[in-house]
Amino acid sequence: MALLELRNVSKIYHLGGEEIRALDDVTLDIDAGEFCSIIGPSGSGKSTLMHILGCLDSPSLGTIKLDGVEIQKASTGELAHIRNRKIGFVFQFFNLLPKLNVVQNVELPMIYSGVSGKERRERALRALEMVELGNRLKNRPSQLSGGQQQRVAIARALVNDPKIIFADEPTGNLDTHTGEIILELFRNLSREGRTVMLVTHNPEIAAVTPRRIEIRNGKIADKVDTRLAGLDRKSAVVPAH
Amino acid sequence: MGLWNAITVGFKEIWAHKFRSLLTMLGIILGVSSLIAMSALVEGMEKGSREALVAVGGLQKFRIETQPVPVEQRHLRDFATGVTLGDVYAIQNNAPEALKVSPEMRLEMSPTLAANGKTFRTWSTAGVWPVQLELMEHSIEHGRCFNEVDDELARSVCVIGTGIRDELFGNPEETGEEIIPIGQSLTINGYPFTIIGMFEHYESDQDRKVRLLRKAEDLARKEKGLTNVVTGPKRMRGWGGNRRGGFAFWMKNNTVYMPLNTMWIKLMSGQTNAPSDQRLSEMEIKVRDVTKLDLALSEIRNVMMVRHRGIEDFNFRTQEDWAEQINTFIQNARLSGGIIAGISLLVGGIGIMNIMLASISERIREIGIRKAVGAGAFDIFIQIVVESTVIAITGGLAGLVASYGLIQLIVALTPTDNAPILTIGAMAMAFGASALIGVLAGLFPALKAARMNVIQSLRYD
Ligand SMILES: Nc1ncnc2c1ncn2[C@@H]1O[C@H](COP(=O)(O)OP(=O)(O)O)[C@@H](O)[C@H]1O
Ligand SMILES: [Mg+2]
Repeated sequence: MALLELRNVSKIYHLGGEEIRALDDVTLDIDAGEFCSIIGPSGSGKSTLMHILGCLDSPSLGTIKLDGVEIQKASTGELAHIRNRKIGFVFQFFNLLPKLNVVQNVELPMIYSGVSGKERRERALRALEMVELGNRLKNRPSQLSGGQQQRVAIARALVNDPKIIFADEPTGNLDTHTGEIILELFRNLSREGRTVMLVTHNPEIAAVTPRRIEIRNGKIADKVDTRLAGLDRKSAVVPAH
Repeated sequence: MGLWNAITVGFKEIWAHKFRSLLTMLGIILGVSSLIAMSALVEGMEKGSREALVAVGGLQKFRIETQPVPVEQRHLRDFATGVTLGDVYAIQNNAPEALKVSPEMRLEMSPTLAANGKTFRTWSTAGVWPVQLELMEHSIEHGRCFNEVDDELARSVCVIGTGIRDELFGNPEETGEEIIPIGQSLTINGYPFTIIGMFEHYESDQDRKVRLLRKAEDLARKEKGLTNVVTGPKRMRGWGGNRRGGFAFWMKNNTVYMPLNTMWIKLMSGQTNAPSDQRLSEMEIKVRDVTKLDLALSEIRNVMMVRHRGIEDFNFRTQEDWAEQINTFIQNARLSGGIIAGISLLVGGIGIMNIMLASISERIREIGIRKAVGAGAFDIFIQIVVESTVIAITGGLAGLVASYGLIQLIVALTPTDNAPILTIGAMAMAFGASALIGVLAGLFPALKAARMNVIQSLRYD
């Protein structure tokens, strides 16, 4: 059984009588431990897919099973619980709380899972060590560079030890060098055996993931565009099958 | 999210918007302090009124007064005797619910008292039995009361209140020394009397405090070598001279009592139109049990009706009306004050709700982020409710402090006879109301925040 099973998932928006299918009949399986990139032109529905996978949004049609639980049937409370315990989400624009410092931001998910103060601090510190930010604990997000902020966000995504990590264009707002550092973090997570899905525009990043999914107009493309996926490069990881 | 976390976040939010929070709290501060001040004022008034009621004998006492016969009995008026001493004995013997009966005989006109070359008229000059002192809550501080022998022999002795002393012999407040005119004589309508006793000075607690304070101040001034002599014509501020406090206390201090027989023989029989029977102006009756006042009244009414052969030349005057008036007055004061304070609390609550709505629309993104990392709708709900409650409770605590100042201010601006009384109950009630208002004011904003859609909140700028 796959970790994630999508069956005929659609997300439909209605704008002034017009029907927009942001996702159109998507069927997809993601296995535990997979490292997978989602590519596609802007507006194709990548974020919509990620949000639905990450339990931030619900599909209009179709079924989703995450770790055996039928998401589309879950209540908002259950969804919050799943987001809290099973999912780590990394956003393009970091989405840190500006009033909290680095440690407090990383502690945030644990506040909602009822972890005691002392353990919370310990686990936040460990996560921050992992992203090499153990020396910037008391800084506010506004005092950090974009790459550092994204590392804080990754530490926050990891801190509750989730089953799967979603990242929606995590390097989209960073320069190439910083982007590489962030990408390296995701590769490490994948090597440790975590399931990682990331959305990217960058063919170089897509090239390093063993699996690539291309979305066009809300549908999964039958054949991945080799240029977009970076498969024309030397560094590309060519799938076994 | 634990409650403690929510409270900490609440305080941080307040601290982050200090000025805005203070303005918001102001409504609650005013509401709480006015609620407490109002209740303290009413409490003070109530105490003052009850003191006055007790000073005249309380509810346990009522009086029977002589009154003109009613119109439909006009043809019987030659048989009307009014309240007589015989009635007193009859009630003593036949009405078991009457604990004490005390006859009172007054002159038709206020008699003129004279001593020291000064004169004074007081209506409260009466011939009584010694039991009257008990009924009217009098107590003798200097000398003694007249006894049965004095009454039997119709001795020309009297007991006076401090008000009479002040008028005829001098006011110790003004002269600065205690004056006890025991053994001195005074004349009542020209007849010489010896003063054998003087009552204590009656005043409300508040007046006593003020008087003692003045005394202490005067003493301090004297020690500094300043004199306290006020020269020039005295300013009389309306009826009763320099009296302070309630009318009840003033009346009581202006009492002159003499034995009933003395009044009858020396002052009344000598009058040309004196009635031949020992007619009383009234009698005071104290009942055995205040809860059986109605029973006592009907018992005594029966005795009186038989003795007066159905002629209604007397009436009953209980102090229930007064007590009831006090109660309704206090209730009205409570209600109107409570409504005003309640409205200001309500306004404070609306202010909090307003600020919480503003706060959540500033924090849509924050709420989205919190939800994205796993905050449930309930977590967000609690956070907002706790925040508004924290504002209200902080305002409530400040209001408790402010109420003290407000009460001092009210006392300074409008010195009343009855000092406001700050009660723990009122403070707890006002504080509880502020907390409740905080919770209520937070409910709607909290519901709104809890219902926000995650993705829309995250996209919000
Ligand atoms: N709330 C919304 N209302 C209407 N249309 C939306 C909404 N959200 C997304 N869309 C539309 O859905 C499509 C996919 O959007 P998105 O998933 O953000 O694309 P991508 O991330 O691939 O650029 C776009 O055409 C977008 O305009
Ligand atoms: Mg997108």
